Amino acid sequence: MQNLNFLFDIISWTLLLAGSFFIIIGSFGIYKFPEFWSRLQASSVIDSLGLYAILLGLGVQSGFTFVTVKLIIIGLFLFLTGPTSTHALANAAFISGLRPEEKPETN
Amino acid sequence: MFLVATISLLIGMVLVLVRLFFGPTVYDRVLAVNAFGTHTVLFIGVLGFLMGRPDFLDIALLYALINFVGTITILKFFKYRVIGDPHRDIEERSG
Repeated sequence: MQNLNFLFDIISWTLLLAGSFFIIIGSFGIYKFPEFWSRLQASSVIDSLGLYAILLGLGVQSGFTFVTVKLIIIGLFLFLTGPTSTHALANAAFISGLRPEEKPETN
Repeated sequence: MFLVATISLLIGMVLVLVRLFFGPTVYDRVLAVNAFGTHTVLFIGVLGFLMGRPDFLDIALLYALINFVGTITILKFFKYRVIGDPHRDIEERSG
């Protein structure tokens, strides 16, 4: 039983560390990338990898309780609304005339 | 280990806030607000686990709801310049 708890701790710590890593990577991409469409691609790293890795890590840490049900509800809701808002944002930017650069500047 | 996730979320929030303040177009700012909302949902959840009060997840769920509605509302406002029913308001303005 002791070994099983240790195994669960290792799994959740790995997931939390991976989620933190991807969240820093995605935020740095949003900060550093040169134009809007590449920033959109960087924010998808947060929405797809970092978010679910951290939620899964918290769920493994809490075990089979009501907290895990709440985490699953948050994950399902963000699974539906994240792509919806990103699509609406990209669609609005495209309609407004913003286009990806043909030749990005090399500096 | 929750502390590492909390600190990395804070660093990410600062980076996204810089983009929010200096974003050249309005869509960069909306993207930054959306990413900041996702950060905040995760931050509230992780902070609840860090302080031993996982009841904070209710607030995180509420913040996720408000974040989605806010993003869609801002985008709709910048497209139609009204928040209600766009076609009816445009007809009323023109007619």
